[in-house]
Amino acid sequence: MARVALIPVLLWVVATLSFFLLRAVPGGPFDRERAPASREVEAALKARYHWDEPLWRQYGRYLGNVMHGDLGPSLKYRNHSVNDLLGQTVPVSLALGGMAFGVAIGLGIPLGVLAALKRGGWADYAAAGLTLVGVCVPVFVLGPLLVLVLGLWLEWFPVALWGSWQNAVLPTLTLGLYFAARVARWMREGMIEVLRSSHVQTARAKGLSETAVILRHVVPVALVPVISYTGPMLADLLTGSFVVENVFQIPGTGAFFINSFFSRDYTMMMGMVLFYSLLLQVLNLFSDLLLRWVDPRVGS
Amino acid sequence: MIHSLVQQNALVRKTGVFCCLHWWAGLFESLRPGLSVRALGVVLSVCAWVLTGCSPLERADLVLHNGPEPETIDPQILTGQADGRIASALFEGLTRFNPTNGMAMPGLASHWEISSDGLTYLFFLRPEARWSTGEPIEAMEVVWSWRRAVTPATAADYASQFFCIRNGRAIVNGELRDASRLGAEALDAHTVRVHLENPTPYFLELAASRVFSPIPRRAVERLGDQWIRAEPLPCSGPYQLLSWRVNDRFRLRRNPQYWDAAQVTAERIDILCGDNPSTALNLFLNGEVDLISDRKIIPGELGPELAARPDFHRFDYLGQDFIRFNTTRKPFQDARVRRAVAMALDRSRITARITRMGERPSAAVTPAGTGGYHPPAGLSYDPATARRLLAEAGYPEGRGFPAIEYTFNVGSRIYEQTGVEIQSMLREHLGIRVELRPLEWKTYLAEMSALNYDFIRGSWVGDYDDPMTFLDCFLSDSGNNRTGWKDVRYDRLLQAAAAEADPQRRLGILREAETLLVVEAVPVTGLYSHVGLYAADPRKVGGIWPNRMDEHPFFSMRRIRP
Repeated sequence: MARVALIPVLLWVVATLSFFLLRAVPGGPFDRERAPASREVEAALKARYHWDEPLWRQYGRYLGNVMHGDLGPSLKYRNHSVNDLLGQTVPVSLALGGMAFGVAIGLGIPLGVLAALKRGGWADYAAAGLTLVGVCVPVFVLGPLLVLVLGLWLEWFPVALWGSWQNAVLPTLTLGLYFAARVARWMREGMIEVLRSSHVQTARAKGLSETAVILRHVVPVALVPVISYTGPMLADLLTGSFVVENVFQIPGTGAFFINSFFSRDYTMMMGMVLFYSLLLQVLNLFSDLLLRWVDPRVGS
Repeated sequence: MIHSLVQQNALVRKTGVFCCLHWWAGLFESLRPGLSVRALGVVLSVCAWVLTGCSPLERADLVLHNGPEPETIDPQILTGQADGRIASALFEGLTRFNPTNGMAMPGLASHWEISSDGLTYLFFLRPEARWSTGEPIEAMEVVWSWRRAVTPATAADYASQFFCIRNGRAIVNGELRDASRLGAEALDAHTVRVHLENPTPYFLELAASRVFSPIPRRAVERLGDQWIRAEPLPCSGPYQLLSWRVNDRFRLRRNPQYWDAAQVTAERIDILCGDNPSTALNLFLNGEVDLISDRKIIPGELGPELAARPDFHRFDYLGQDFIRFNTTRKPFQDARVRRAVAMALDRSRITARITRMGERPSAAVTPAGTGGYHPPAGLSYDPATARRLLAEAGYPEGRGFPAIEYTFNVGSRIYEQTGVEIQSMLREHLGIRVELRPLEWKTYLAEMSALNYDFIRGSWVGDYDDPMTFLDCFLSDSGNNRTGWKDVRYDRLLQAAAAEADPQRRLGILREAETLLVVEAVPVTGLYSHVGLYAADPRKVGGIWPNRMDEHPFFSMRRIRP
């Protein structure tokens, strides 16, 4: 409960820090290549965004609006509010992250289990090779590579854009494979450790079939390290997708991570920071609670 | 269609959620046997996949890649070229651009009369001109729109385009509070009379530019500065807006109310927004995109190779790269030092080794051929004279010359390599040591405006096909000057040129002014004129032609059926 209460405090600290840090950076949202038509035009523009007020006042106004759930107008995209931009793009990033999460778990866990059961065999080496590649090849190499082979040469999938399930295949794989590799390694190590433990021997001694031992007594325990990793992993999937979104031109939040800083779109930047701080908090809390539920020893 | 897009979005969202749910259900099942969440998860995710698979977004008749998401498509507010391209599909001015040469041709006005002194224009609106929502577009709405554009509170950066109209400058500068004193009036429902300050040979082209497009008064009065989000959005151009999804696409549909709708053949157009050039190229090569309309979204390092392909089109473009000198501090306070540097630069080395697209090296500020004008040659490459000038300024062989920095914005290989080339040429010919100072875009702009640099990369893209659009940047009071250089002779020459009714004499005066700018005083020296590039397979897309203005109006654009 204390952790839940801490979330707003943390958000406030993040908001305050980023508000003042951003203002300390040289250049502002209204510095443009073309000078404004006149000083009056420039003044009118600044007044519209309350830029003419002292900083503490802007800060107060911003906090007040945030409390009411209003993240303010974007300073770059003149016809969109930050809420509007996040509302349009967050679902896309969540969908992509969610599907990649599916790939990570769906591919990683069976691969890890297989590698542990066939330890030292060809399956183990194959899985080890795959996971090594998965961990080592960066997303910005894997993405274009998949596009080149599966998109441009074989023409199985579209090379970019978003809208149908075909569009989702390549970006989901690009984003998911790295995490699948990580999950496979965690799972394999967890399995090997559990297979050695005494309760597995007890289970076998009870005369359970090997399949039942593995499914009932080994996998659930071996999942614990994977589950504790899911919180940070989900966070990585949801925030780390900007390279993939850029390569595949996916209308998610990724584009704003870097561009809103480069264009000094302070309100958008702040909105992103606040939204993702909140998301990280919630995800960590979620994976902790899940862990507690799976393994009652945790936290007691 | 809007609904289908929204649905699409929602479906994809759900798919993700369901997938998660499915996997988690599987996990729970293995942990706590007996829960039947798994079955539910499977059913839900299968449903979601099937549904998304069933309704893929239908391909539009024409798909354009337009570069980054526009900041706005409000014709009075936008400044970016890519933004303006989308607006030009939706809104039309009294005139519109001729797709073959970028000159003005009749738009919402069917014809016009110009007084013999070139100061009064009478525009006759087409009685059939209508918004896509059905209301007529009348003269009063045109005048009202222009008054709104010049009102400082509108905060239109391009309000300066109205300076040529009587009282335009005074209203924009806040000296005249009453926008109704702008020299434009509605004589009746279909006639607009415009009084100009000066004979302005490019006024008909200005009237075709975005900021001169009338905007729908009722929508603006209802929604204020967010009127562009009106649904439905009243449009006056060949297309109307169906949907707008950020960082993805604008979907447009043919506007049946458009006065020239018979000429518009593509029923639906998608304008894609994204900022990764490699992705744009992949989409084009794969046939998912028919036209890449912005050079910035074509991979720069492949430029020369791509330009050789039959589906890439190269043309001389109304833009110029140059170097600004900070005339307010040492050593560039001294015009001799500025001239010396300008003469030590072999510009053809930059165009032959770095830009490699057939750019024309030029020491002037106006690209050759702008509005039928030929700029002075400027200070051409002459290292011996450069050394002599530097010695005269007190730095023989570069001795005692302070350490200076060349500032440029990062983001392009070309700017960086140009910096290195300048560095080596100045060391070679003048014995000057130059440090490179790459800055991120907004910092670069702020430092340039604050005159916090020694010499700095600059560029300008003309707003209309006339040297004035380049030369008025360097007026003493221009916000685009950014060199600290002020010369009353230059200001007077530009004033004289503006007042001159004879076109040839006018160009002569402008040439005199530019000679002062780039040969004598040299607060700025040109590097090269830009080259434009767009991608379109001529067997698939018709109705677009290369032109200096890089204007490719939507009314003529069409998809050729095989």
